[in-house]
Amino acid sequence: MLKVQNIQTYYGNIQALNDVTIEVGEGEIVALIGANGAGKTTTLMSICGITPPRAGAIFLDGDPIHGLSPENIVKKGIVQVPEGRRIFPDMTVLENLEMGAFLRGNKRQIEQDLNYVMTLFPILEKRQSQLGGTLSGGEQQMLAISRALMARPRVLLLDEPSLGLAPLIIKQIFEIIRQINKESNTTIFLVEQNANQALKLADRGYVMENGRITLVDSAPNLLSNVDVRKAYLGI
Amino acid sequence: MEYFLELFFSGLTRGSIYALIALGYTMVYGIIQLINFAHGEIYMIGAFVALIVAGVCTIYGLSGFAILILAAAIAAVYAAAYGYTLEKIAYRPLRGSPRLSPLISAIGMSIFLQNYVLLAQTPDFLPFPRLIPDFAFMDDVAHIIGSPELVILVTTLITMVLLTLLIKKTRVGKAMRATQQDLNMARLVGINVDRVISLTFVIGSVLAAIGGVLVASYIGQVSFYIGFLAGIKAFTAAVLGGIGSIPGAVLGGLIIGWSESFAAGYISSDYEDVLTFVLLVVILIVRPAGILGKVRKQKV
Ligand SMILES: Nc1ncnc2c1ncn2[C@@H]1O[C@H](COP(=O)(O)OP(=O)(O)O)[C@@H](O)[C@H]1O
Ligand SMILES: [Mg+2]
Repeated sequence: MLKVQNIQTYYGNIQALNDVTIEVGEGEIVALIGANGAGKTTTLMSICGITPPRAGAIFLDGDPIHGLSPENIVKKGIVQVPEGRRIFPDMTVLENLEMGAFLRGNKRQIEQDLNYVMTLFPILEKRQSQLGGTLSGGEQQMLAISRALMARPRVLLLDEPSLGLAPLIIKQIFEIIRQINKESNTTIFLVEQNANQALKLADRGYVMENGRITLVDSAPNLLSNVDVRKAYLGI
Repeated sequence: MEYFLELFFSGLTRGSIYALIALGYTMVYGIIQLINFAHGEIYMIGAFVALIVAGVCTIYGLSGFAILILAAAIAAVYAAAYGYTLEKIAYRPLRGSPRLSPLISAIGMSIFLQNYVLLAQTPDFLPFPRLIPDFAFMDDVAHIIGSPELVILVTTLITMVLLTLLIKKTRVGKAMRATQQDLNMARLVGINVDRVISLTFVIGSVLAAIGGVLVASYIGQVSFYIGFLAGIKAFTAAVLGGIGSIPGAVLGGLIIGWSESFAAGYISSDYEDVLTFVLLVVILIVRPAGILGKVRKQKV
């Protein structure tokens, strides 16, 4: 469904991604793991058109999407929950959710989806008129995921959703990600440093080091891979 | 007491005009962190367009008030076109370059526009017709607040209410706020931020043009240079209130208007301009983020 083919992405003259190739099938959960600075965030930002690749290609259902503007990529159904959540701090929870549906017109469907995300995360309903910046980290992550869902994504990209959260909240967030994938067959591409959790959730995984993909395998195989265990699972 | 009230309303009138212009600085800064030094020139161009429209209308014998509205409308359209073009040719190509580059470009555009009007029109002051009549119902209070002041206050109030509604309630207003709070995140929810930035310049320019027309008909003259001082004072108002903050721009404008008016009234009019810059220096030392400004971390 989503195909990233030999992309090279630069920040000025500094190369951040070198020949990165990733494939995510329809309905799959695929994890991308790697150390800090490996290029995971850059990969997602390249897919979304924020840092377009200088070379290579990106396809959605066979159609090239590299070179499209970020808003046109969102229109195609690729939606990101970015690292650090990036809630609009001076907008209310409800406004943040509305911004997620910015490109949609059908008011009734938007209303339905609002109800849906509020049943996924009941806390958001309680907080709906509070400013986004006043939420706790866990609540912000729930809001960030919900905001992305408000766009009715076909492919959901998540950048380190567990970052800085308590173990119990992480468990809840990962459970919801699984549920989103199951219930609406949303394709999930998950970036994590928390390799253990991510690989338990995912069907397949990629390992990234210094801007290159160094390993691709099924999630269970990666979990039992000696190198992966040493480098990312701390065993 | 009456003298105090007179100064109060004259300060309020000036202040509301500074606020109107300051909104343009603050909105643009809020979104792209650029101080648009050419903003004062947009105000000046608005006043000039109004002068030309007023000249033509007078030939056709329209009433002062009708001319004022027509002149303001046409000036607003012109200013919007200038603001839009300015961003497109002088700032957009420099996006992503070091912050100093668009700033220098802004100063260059300011000098260019001043000299363009200087050459195309005249280096001298031109008389601007008195378009605001004296209303009969204002007779009793005319020694405290005149009809022109009333018109200016009502116009700026309506303009600011409309702006607030636009920003708070409408889809484009929400897109503007989102872009201001996190530009790349706004792109990730599908907002075309280029369009939002253009719109911000257009709105700021329209506000400046309205201010230009009101001031010109209040003071009774225009020149190619009026944008400089008005621009610097409005910019000071924006910084004073907290650049990037819309209520801050209004507050800053009013504070400067009042301090000028009271300084001129109780001390000497020699001090009114000095005071603005003393305020600017003090605020930069005591509270660099401005009265209502927030110190926010830079986001990538
Ligand atoms: N805005 C930027 N400007 C310059 N270099 C950057 C920028 N963002 C990231 N980098 C560099 O690109 C590399 C990959 O970063 P990133 O994609 O954020 O890694 P990860 O998400 O895996 O931690 C790092 O070396 C980082 O320093
Ligand atoms: Mg990252």
